[in-house]
Amino acid sequence: MTPTVATPIRTGPLARPWVRFGARRLGRLLVSLWVLVTASFAMIHLIPGDPVRGALGPTAPAELVAARRQALGLDDPILTQYLHYLKGLVTGDLGTSLSSRLPVSDVVAQRLPATLALAVLAFLAAVVVAIPLGVAMGVLTRRGHGRRTELAFTTTSIIVATIPDFLIGVALVYVFGVRLGWLPVAGDDTAAAYVLPVFSLAIGPAAILARIVRVEMVGVLDADFVRTARAKRLPARTVYLGHALPNAVTAALTLSGLLLGAMVAGTVLVENVFAWPGLGSTIVQSILTKDYPVVQAIVLVYGVGVLVVNTVVDVALARLDPRSLIRED
Amino acid sequence: MRRRWSGVIRTPLGLTAAVLTVAVLALAVLGPVLWGTGADVIDTDDILAQPSAGHWAGTDNLGRDILFRVLVAARLSVVLALLAVAIAVVAGLLLGCAPFLAGRRLGRLVSAAVNIAVAFPGLLLALFFAVVFGVGATGAVLAIGLAGAPAFARLTQTLVAGVAARDFVAAARVAGVGRLRILFRHVLPNIAEPLVVNATISAGNALLSFAGLSFLGLGVQSPSYDWGRLLYDGIGAIYVNPAAALAPGAAVLLAGLGFNLFGESVAKRLGIGTGPSVAPMARTAPAPEAHTEATPTDVVLDVRDLEVTVPGEAGPVRPVRGVTFQVRRGEAVGIVGESGCGKSLTALAVTCLVGDHGRVDATRLELLGHDLRAPDTAVRRGILGTSLAMVFQDPMTSFNPARRVGGQLAEVATHHQGMTRRAAADRAVDRLAAVRIPDADTRARQYPHEFSGGMRQRAMIGMGLMGTPALIVADEPTTALDVTVQQQVLDLLAAIRAADDVALVLISHDVAVVRDVCDRVMVMYAGRIVEDLPAADLADSARHPYTRALVDAVPDMTTDLSQPLATIPGRPVAPADVPPGCAYAARCPLADARCRAEDPPLTADPDHRVACWHAGEPLPDRQSADQLVESP
Repeated sequence: MTPTVATPIRTGPLARPWVRFGARRLGRLLVSLWVLVTASFAMIHLIPGDPVRGALGPTAPAELVAARRQALGLDDPILTQYLHYLKGLVTGDLGTSLSSRLPVSDVVAQRLPATLALAVLAFLAAVVVAIPLGVAMGVLTRRGHGRRTELAFTTTSIIVATIPDFLIGVALVYVFGVRLGWLPVAGDDTAAAYVLPVFSLAIGPAAILARIVRVEMVGVLDADFVRTARAKRLPARTVYLGHALPNAVTAALTLSGLLLGAMVAGTVLVENVFAWPGLGSTIVQSILTKDYPVVQAIVLVYGVGVLVVNTVVDVALARLDPRSLIRED
Repeated sequence: MRRRWSGVIRTPLGLTAAVLTVAVLALAVLGPVLWGTGADVIDTDDILAQPSAGHWAGTDNLGRDILFRVLVAARLSVVLALLAVAIAVVAGLLLGCAPFLAGRRLGRLVSAAVNIAVAFPGLLLALFFAVVFGVGATGAVLAIGLAGAPAFARLTQTLVAGVAARDFVAAARVAGVGRLRILFRHVLPNIAEPLVVNATISAGNALLSFAGLSFLGLGVQSPSYDWGRLLYDGIGAIYVNPAAALAPGAAVLLAGLGFNLFGESVAKRLGIGTGPSVAPMARTAPAPEAHTEATPTDVVLDVRDLEVTVPGEAGPVRPVRGVTFQVRRGEAVGIVGESGCGKSLTALAVTCLVGDHGRVDATRLELLGHDLRAPDTAVRRGILGTSLAMVFQDPMTSFNPARRVGGQLAEVATHHQGMTRRAAADRAVDRLAAVRIPDADTRARQYPHEFSGGMRQRAMIGMGLMGTPALIVADEPTTALDVTVQQQVLDLLAAIRAADDVALVLISHDVAVVRDVCDRVMVMYAGRIVEDLPAADLADSARHPYTRALVDAVPDMTTDLSQPLATIPGRPVAPADVPPGCAYAARCPLADARCRAEDPPLTADPDHRVACWHAGEPLPDRQSADQLVESP
């Protein structure tokens, strides 16, 4: 049961767990990226019928359709198109919007900051609220304490987490926009305009996160090493925040990665509630007007965002919990 | 299984969710029948009206009654959501079972693909598929269904893998049963329950996602309408008639919550049992005695009438029932006994670590003259933190896995001795070296998982040496270690004791270890000390029948190995049902009527205390019976 031989002290860069971890993680990221890029390329080819005919409508003259197909390179062999697409991605050429005739990269560059600001602020808000709340709840409901508090908190957080962000958005628009008139309900022109979108996006993930932190906290507070920390007679604050929290937060961190990913996508709906000038309102418009190059690019941007977030979370996780470096070996 | 599911409606949340779910399903069936015609009546004289007696939720831009439309939309919303879930479940099951059915290579490929797909949020996948399948109800059903598939596939895969590893599947395989047959006969029935629960939750999510897609204008298209579409139409007019947006919003929310919470309640019901509660317990301990007699100055630990009460299934139980002892400077006292005799709880109680797990009462509980029953203050923490060291049983779990070993030692010094981080870190390295950890400088920067078990236990002792301990309490410090390492740890404890005149309380179920290391041995049975004698007397002069049985159970070089090893017949008494008389009477060869009626007190002789009516009487011939039950 107990290993008697200590892990040897490794030397040399290749023997380091960090190096192996990095290589493995990078490999997974590259494979995922390739799948994403291929899927976004395939998307336009999976659409039944002629996407250009679909975009231009049944009344468009045949010559125009043919010319547009030519311009998009849709008549080339599929492999040529794929290589062309990859080459475009590497050089930052995402094609041209069918409706506005602008380079897609310009559209993305113009719309991305608003979405990014919304997602990041909402994520920070969720974390800033959820971790202290979860820790406090964990301490209050640790083994043998606060069963009523636990029931109330768990029930509330499940319900709050279930309500989709866009419905929260609609309710907020009604209460603070229509009834009270306190806050703007559209656009991103003022700081006040951020309040409602950020809130509607953050509240669900905050509830989920707080729940996980609480459960982890309760588990960790029962662990032997917390008893050791108490045996060292450290102040309660140090026991909870210095010893319990770092161990409770690893699961929360894994989850928060998924949540941030979900938030990136959640912006799509919330942006449409609040007429937010970001990628989310653009992709919906582009899907409706069948502006496929824009849709392709935005799907790609969201996907890359999610992958980057997941990778960052994994690295952060490895820093917080060094055992995860070797766990996958 | 049915009973477990029906238990769900006994919780308020579960009942509410179940009622909501049934109501939504009923509305889906009846809504269009009852209000179908009313919902399509166009009244151009009354468009975008506020709620009124005639139209409870007002009217839309064609003068149609919004409430009726919301009620009618239930059917389409629910049907589309269920269709999407069906697609997700079927696709998920196919993908999830593939690694089990297909060969190893194909299986790995499928699970890798699922893992990649799971990383992307459902809405993003739904948008992707919505583009591929086109805008509209059909496209949306396919999109939401396929977007839900990877998560379901992953769940299935995990569950299948769990069941596939079990013996009965292996047995079926060895018997030559085909994989497909194993899947249907053995695997799927065993994972059906969690799959159904998750499908229920997914139905709620699909309902909400569908509303989302329709709300974006990518789902149901006019003239059909589901809740999301009504919301899409209503939000534009929210300033004119808020009810047009709020009514469908509320409907989809209630329906989604119903399915979701019903699933969650079932999951919780099936997954998590409720443990015994730690309710407040009656205070029955004797009142603290006044300090009449002065404690001799060389007494490090002074314990009188110690009782520990913990919650049990049928009310509070008392695993430690009045323990009195003293430990002098430099003395090594062993506490032995079978598991459940209260020795570990005694150790936790005298070190103030029982915490939330129970109540500690004593008429006196002092460390170096400081009352340990006093409230927790920084001063008291400082005294305890530096003068009392604790070594726990399992070095694997007693270090914080997320922090470096050196740092965990150093914080004792920064907190209690006012050292700077730098000085504390140096002291930690010094202490690690003191407990014979080679290369202490490097080791201090490592994490606990990089240490071996024995090394970790030595580091734990080193942690106790950060201060200047007067007492080390070691609770089964060698039990989790290999035999070869055990001796190292015991030697280390002995060396520390000799060097600094540190007192040691060693808790063990191993009589041989205690006899070798300690000066004095206290034998505990059913929460009491039954004998307290010099370790040297253990072999020949033990007077309590239990002590003698423990000693006899230890094999030595002269043990006749052709005979079965000696054991103590019967089992230890559970703390919940301690009999009225001597707790050992049921297992004792000397027991008589008095033993069963009256509990013998511990005699007052300070050199050799014993609690037995028949102390020292000759034992009848040894009888063999059950195994001696040892501590884990």
